[in-house]
Amino acid sequence: MDDMLHQVEPLIPALRRYARALMRDRASADDLVQDCLERAVSRWYQRRRDGDVRAWLFTILHNLAVNQFRKAASRGRHVAIEEISEDSFGEAASQEQKLIYQDVLAKLARLPEDQRAVLLLVAVEDLSYAEAAKVLGIPVGTVMSRLSRARERLQQEIEGGAAQPSNVVSLRSAT
Amino acid sequence: MNHRPITEDDLHAYVDQALEPERSREVSAYLDDHPDVAKRVGAFAGQRDLLRAALAPIAEEPLPAALNLARIIENRRRRPSRFGWAVAAMLLLSIGGAGGWVMHGALPTSPSGMVALAQEAADSYAVYAPDHERPVEMRASDTTQLVQWVSSRLHRPVKVPNLSPSGYRLMGGRLVATAHGPAAMFMYDDDHGSRIVVLTRPMNGTDGNAPMTPHTRDDVAGFAWADGGIGYSLVGQAPTDSLRSLANEVRKQARTI
Repeated sequence: MDDMLHQVEPLIPALRRYARALMRDRASADDLVQDCLERAVSRWYQRRRDGDVRAWLFTILHNLAVNQFRKAASRGRHVAIEEISEDSFGEAASQEQKLIYQDVLAKLARLPEDQRAVLLLVAVEDLSYAEAAKVLGIPVGTVMSRLSRARERLQQEIEGGAAQPSNVVSLRSAT
Repeated sequence: MNHRPITEDDLHAYVDQALEPERSREVSAYLDDHPDVAKRVGAFAGQRDLLRAALAPIAEEPLPAALNLARIIENRRRRPSRFGWAVAAMLLLSIGGAGGWVMHGALPTSPSGMVALAQEAADSYAVYAPDHERPVEMRASDTTQLVQWVSSRLHRPVKVPNLSPSGYRLMGGRLVATAHGPAAMFMYDDDHGSRIVVLTRPMNGTDGNAPMTPHTRDDVAGFAWADGGIGYSLVGQAPTDSLRSLANEVRKQARTI
C-alpha cells in the first residue's frame, strides 16, 4: 500500500484538474475524484502491473464522469452549473488574466463532452494519443479526429466571440 | 526532397510536441512555406497554452481532507471488504453454534455508546438522504401512524421533533436496524432540498446521559447526545453552526416529552 501511496498521491492534483474542467462544479468534481481514489485503492492489486498508473487512474475517473453525465442526461438537467470563480485562479493571476482564463474555460465548456475530454487529456494532462485512446476506450484515429474537431470548434468560439463578455473584448484590444 | 506529406495528425502532434525531432523540423519547414496553415497551428498552440494556464491553479489548490489518500487507504483497512465479510459469514454458518464464538473475537469489535449512535446516524444519512425514490418509509402526512409504529418498536413514546421554525420541514421517517436494536429515523428538508436526519434509539445502558458532541465523517457532520437513556444524533451537510442549533432545538423539544 505504501507503493500505492507513492504512485497515486502525486497524481491527485491532475485528477482534480481534469474532473473540475469536465464537470465545472467543484464539489461534484471532488466527489468524483474521491470515488475514483476509493476504487483505485480497492482495485490496486487487480490492475495490470505493466500498465501505466496515470492512464489507469484517468480511465477510472473518466468512466465515473461519463456515468454522471448519463445520469444527469436521463434526469434531463445540466451538470455544468457553476462558473469557475475568479478566486480559483489564485493570487498570481492579474485581473485581466483572470477574465481571459474565465472566458476560455466558458468556451471550452461549450464543446461537446467527448471533444472536451480529448482536448483536456492531450493538451492539458499531457497524455499521449495512445494513452488518451485507452482512457476513452476509442481507437487512436478517433482521438485524432476528435482532437481536430475540438480545436477547430474552440477556435471558432474564440474568433467568433459572439458570446464574449464585452469587458474581455476591450481588455484584449487594449493589450 | 522525398519528405512524407504533412498530415493533419502531424500538425496536431506538432502542437502537442509529440513528434520526433526530425519530423518536427519537417513540419516546421512546411509551416514556413504555408503561412495559412502556420496561422492555424499557431492558434491551436495558443489555445493549448491558454487552457494550461487557466487550469493550472486547480492543481495547486490544497487537497481537501476527503481526498487524503492515506486516509482513504486507512478507512479501507479498517473496514473489511465485502468479500471478507462473506467469508466470515460462511465460516460462522459452517462452524455453527458451539464453534461460532471462536470467530467472534476475530471480527472487529463494534463500537458502542455515542460513537455507535453517531455512526448509525451517518450511515442512515448516507443511505437514505440521497434516495430520490423512497427516502422515508412513511411520509409526514402519516405522522400519527409513524409515531405509533416507532414508539411501539422502541417500547417508549417517541416524539417527532418540529423543525419548521428553523426552516426544515418533516419529510417522514422509518425504522432503521442497528447493532443495538431498532432506531427511529426522521428526515427533514429545507427550501433548497438540503436534507437532515435525526436518529433516536434507547442507549441500553451505555452512555445513557451524554453531553452533545460533534461528529463528522467525510462531508457529513452531526451532533449526538443522550438524555435519560435515549440517544439522539442529528446529521446533515449543512454548516456546523446550523446543525448545532437544530440539534439544540431537537434536544429542547425531546426533554418536554
